[in-house]
Amino acid sequence: MTANFAALAYVLASVLFIMALRGLSGPETARMGNVYGIAGMVIAILTTLATPGVVSYAEILAALVIGGALGTFIAQRIEMASMPQLVAAFHSLVGLAAVLVAAAAFYNPAAYGIADAAGALKFVSRIEMSLGTIIGAITFSGSIVAFAKLQGLVSGNPVVFPGQHLANLLLGLVIIAIAVAFCMDVDPRWFWAMAGLAFLMGFAIIIPIGGADMPVVISMLNSYSGWAAAGIGFTLENTALIVTGALVGSSGAILSYIMCKAMNRSFFSVILGGFGGDTAAAGPAAGEKPVKAGAAEDAAFIMKNAGKVIIVPGYGMAVAQAQHALRELGDLLQAEGVEVSYAVHPVAGRMPGHMNVLLAEASVPYDEVFELDQINSEFRTTDVAFVIGANDVTNPAARDDPQSPLYGMPILDVDKARTVLFVKRSLSPGYAGVDNELFYRDNTMMLFADAKKMCDDIVKALG
Amino acid sequence: MEATAVDPFVFRLAIFVLAIFVGYYVVWSVTPALHTPLMSVTNAISSVIIVGALIAAGPGEFELSKIFGLIAIALAAVNIFGGFAVTHRMLAMYKKKERG
Repeated sequence: MTANFAALAYVLASVLFIMALRGLSGPETARMGNVYGIAGMVIAILTTLATPGVVSYAEILAALVIGGALGTFIAQRIEMASMPQLVAAFHSLVGLAAVLVAAAAFYNPAAYGIADAAGALKFVSRIEMSLGTIIGAITFSGSIVAFAKLQGLVSGNPVVFPGQHLANLLLGLVIIAIAVAFCMDVDPRWFWAMAGLAFLMGFAIIIPIGGADMPVVISMLNSYSGWAAAGIGFTLENTALIVTGALVGSSGAILSYIMCKAMNRSFFSVILGGFGGDTAAAGPAAGEKPVKAGAAEDAAFIMKNAGKVIIVPGYGMAVAQAQHALRELGDLLQAEGVEVSYAVHPVAGRMPGHMNVLLAEASVPYDEVFELDQINSEFRTTDVAFVIGANDVTNPAARDDPQSPLYGMPILDVDKARTVLFVKRSLSPGYAGVDNELFYRDNTMMLFADAKKMCDDIVKALG
Repeated sequence: MEATAVDPFVFRLAIFVLAIFVGYYVVWSVTPALHTPLMSVTNAISSVIIVGALIAAGPGEFELSKIFGLIAIALAAVNIFGGFAVTHRMLAMYKKKERG
């Protein structure tokens, strides 16, 4: 295979990858998009296998089979609620693969055609390699921390200590200094010092970020994994890798932006961390003000007699795995002639689109699920807003109280509905540590229970 | 070198910049309901880094870079197979309402 032909094949692969992303503009075209993605990958791999110099097919096949079998197994078994962890784990693999490929290119530049006349690594390749390695290593360790937090292996609370930002800044500067040294003098010790410190950096920048900010973190790591791939693509002079890296990098960046905007936080305030643990550290003492609590039977009665119900799911639904019971509840209400729809806030859950996947898993038709700006004006004509496992994204203080830390965050206006049913285990505040005045309103009925148990009980009461 | 010759690096940089713009417009057109599959599929395609691993693992003789390459192939393969498979699984769940 000539180099020109291979280059054209890589362009074709890139086009197929673009079409894979384009397909995601709607659920119908998305399935075809995934097929384009697979086709692009097959073309890229076959083209590389046909490159002169690639001869050890047995070992390559063995590695492919081991990794492929493991990946397929995991993909078939994973619970949809665990998707954020899985994506974080996959990001870490891309990061580590980037570092390993950079190391391989470092030790054998001739195989990639990036050696100069003397057999040493070309200068521009050294810069590209440093970037790919550093970003890859940060992606690897940062994703491991994100995985551990999401999986509950470590506390989701932010880990902060005095001087943290200064320490991180210094670490970053040291890494840059070592990268410069590496570019001047290609010594393996510089390479590994650079990779090692970047691993450390990945841990250091993700530990201060709380569990509830994970949608931004995952998107950001998604972006990093793309930039790492692009960096390696420049090193290897491979257009498919450069294009894909750019696509993935901008995709992750856009998702981070959307998530930050949906929380009304700046990207930097999220990155600096210290905000949003799994449990709020010091919430105001609740229970002073009277709340109206109800039982499943009350909720069933109210909803059965309603004309229009909007269901607002949040992370609590994912934790309780309540989506199937919730869908059953929705079906029963529809059978009673109630108009049921679902409202999803962009940051509900632990990753972008988390709630949509869980509802799809429970066979909720996607045309009954609406985004914030599609449905927000509907609440004023709604009889019942059924809030299950969401909290801060419904807090009217974000809209009305300039003193609130949540102020400015776009919320679902559930308080405009005639009645609000709020499923929650206790009166504890949300991740932002802010009390929700919605609990104490006259038109709110609190349903104190685990989300799944409450849905089951309401289903029983309806049946 | 002629004064008019353009370094191939510049061409690659141009491709990179244009691809960022393509990514920007394509990703804004992705419906928010599919943001999770977007992440899993971008994960799978960013593992096209496997092409670099294949070249490293390619030579017949055993050396350090080949070992790195083989490990990277296995890691990227987990991602490629896992990423596309889980995306497929998710997308199969998105159904329209059955009417009538």
